Amino acid sequence: MKIGLEIHCQLTSLKTKLFCGCSSDYRGKTPNTFVCPVCLGLPGSLPVLNEKAVELAVMVALALNCEVAPQTFFVRKNYFYPDMPKNFQISQYDVGGSIAIASGGWVGFLVGKTRKTVRLRRIHLEEDPGKLFYHGTIDTSPYTLVDYNRAGIALLEIVTEPELEAPAEARAFLQKLRSILEHLGVSDGGLEGAMRCDANISIEGGGRVEVKNISSFKDVERALTFEIVRQRDLLKKGVKIQTETRHWDDVRRTTLSLRVKEEEQDYRYFLEPDLTPVRISQEMVELLRSRMPELPDARKERFLKAYGLPEYDAEVLTSDRAMADFFEECAKLYDKPKAVANWLMGDVLQCLHSLEVDIDQAKLAPQYLAEMLKLMDRGDISIKIAKKVLWEVMKHGKSPSTVVREKDWWRITDLQTLEGYIAQVFKEYPKAVEDALVDEKTIHYLIGKTMEATGGKADPELTNALIRKKLSQMKKGS
Amino acid sequence: MALSKRHISKEEVEHVAWLARLELSEEEKELYTQQFNDILDYFQKLNELDTEGVPPTLHVLELVNVFRKDEVKPSLPPEEALANAPRKRGRFFEAPRIL
Ligand SMILES: [Zn+2]
Repeated sequence: MKIGLEIHCQLTSLKTKLFCGCSSDYRGKTPNTFVCPVCLGLPGSLPVLNEKAVELAVMVALALNCEVAPQTFFVRKNYFYPDMPKNFQISQYDVGGSIAIASGGWVGFLVGKTRKTVRLRRIHLEEDPGKLFYHGTIDTSPYTLVDYNRAGIALLEIVTEPELEAPAEARAFLQKLRSILEHLGVSDGGLEGAMRCDANISIEGGGRVEVKNISSFKDVERALTFEIVRQRDLLKKGVKIQTETRHWDDVRRTTLSLRVKEEEQDYRYFLEPDLTPVRISQEMVELLRSRMPELPDARKERFLKAYGLPEYDAEVLTSDRAMADFFEECAKLYDKPKAVANWLMGDVLQCLHSLEVDIDQAKLAPQYLAEMLKLMDRGDISIKIAKKVLWEVMKHGKSPSTVVREKDWWRITDLQTLEGYIAQVFKEYPKAVEDALVDEKTIHYLIGKTMEATGGKADPELTNALIRKKLSQMKKGS
Repeated sequence: MALSKRHISKEEVEHVAWLARLELSEEEKELYTQQFNDILDYFQKLNELDTEGVPPTLHVLELVNVFRKDEVKPSLPPEEALANAPRKRGRFFEAPRIL
């Protein structure tokens, strides 16, 4: 199985569109209010390239180990579709001596615990199309509504070689890519639609199927998995997989055939006569290189040295910029970095998944996690309670000590109170007591029941000791 | 002469018309096929020139790196943005169904 990806990522740190001064801050705005003659394609208007977009593209190229072209051009990609008001998209393509802004390159990432490298084919700049809305779904809607606020937003297209071998690899690669782009500060993947993806997939013995319209990285794995199951089913029935383009329907979570008749040559690419060539000098490249911030791989190395984390932890944490930031903030406040890493990669991640939020949007602040860990170290709460506290903090945004106080979750260390609970448990489970008197290993049942009776608040070691003491007294007494 | 050197077939004209989402009558298809071929005949003349060793002209102007600063400029007032729309619905442009 071979999977290749085409990633479209908006350069969200730009204030304006790629070829006009319209604001790029279009999300949640009234439709068609951030438009001008250039991005509406009105006759007589002329595009002028955003210099910052070129700089950001070069920085991305450097971060992804690509070769930056000394001279690059824009071309027109011609097609008739309502998302492009000009009936062409200004893009870059290797045609007639024109080359994309960067080519080659690679990204290294972890899949589970295995290291993998995927090569990149090229990177190019292009404009985002407008946004289409349907009444219901694309295949049943009687009309199409168009909002051109997004039309003309600077997009970077990153094309991989078809070297990914499983949906999970695609996800891990995209996660790493997103982290690199976020460390560079060029693109915020948390913004809706900022990072989108087309995937092509071919299974042994079948044609190449392209899946378009995957509007979030999370859906890539889903769409690919769906396609693999669909194609394998067809192959099993003896149906040959045709080369085709399909559309990902994120509502129904299926792909449907687009029956696209356009092929690459039908886009009739030609050089955009309204834009000049762009020359990128070696000095400019070096200047931008000198301004590059710390990237995930370098940060990972620092995590190994500065915090003494195992390589796996360092890689996982730096594969998500917000997660790495959170870790460092928390490690400043609490001096056991490994414990912070464990909690982040374990319970915190689990909570984030079930709440379906990213860590930078979660109600858990670094100081809250640090505070919770300190409460645990001081013995104020048990680990069992700590897990419950974490959930409360993440759901309601209250500080751990507030949660513990309000819920009265302090650890029970008072001997008399604990002995009371234990006496109750012994009374309720006489059979278990008899067993424990004979076979010491079964004592865990009684400890478990006491923990349960206290809602996890009992000090486990103290409980253990008190139960043993009580049992040995009983033995002596008999 | 025109019929002896066909560069473009009627099927290709139909395909290009489809790409441009144009519906052509039979007469128009014949006419455009003829016209395309006449134009391409004329371009054949240019092929007679010896361009060996001449680099392709990607741009007629010497200009490079014409840039704009990343500064926000006012967009069109709402009423003007949709003024030329053949069909609109609320604040949206309206287009026919796609599939
Ligand atoms: Zn504009």
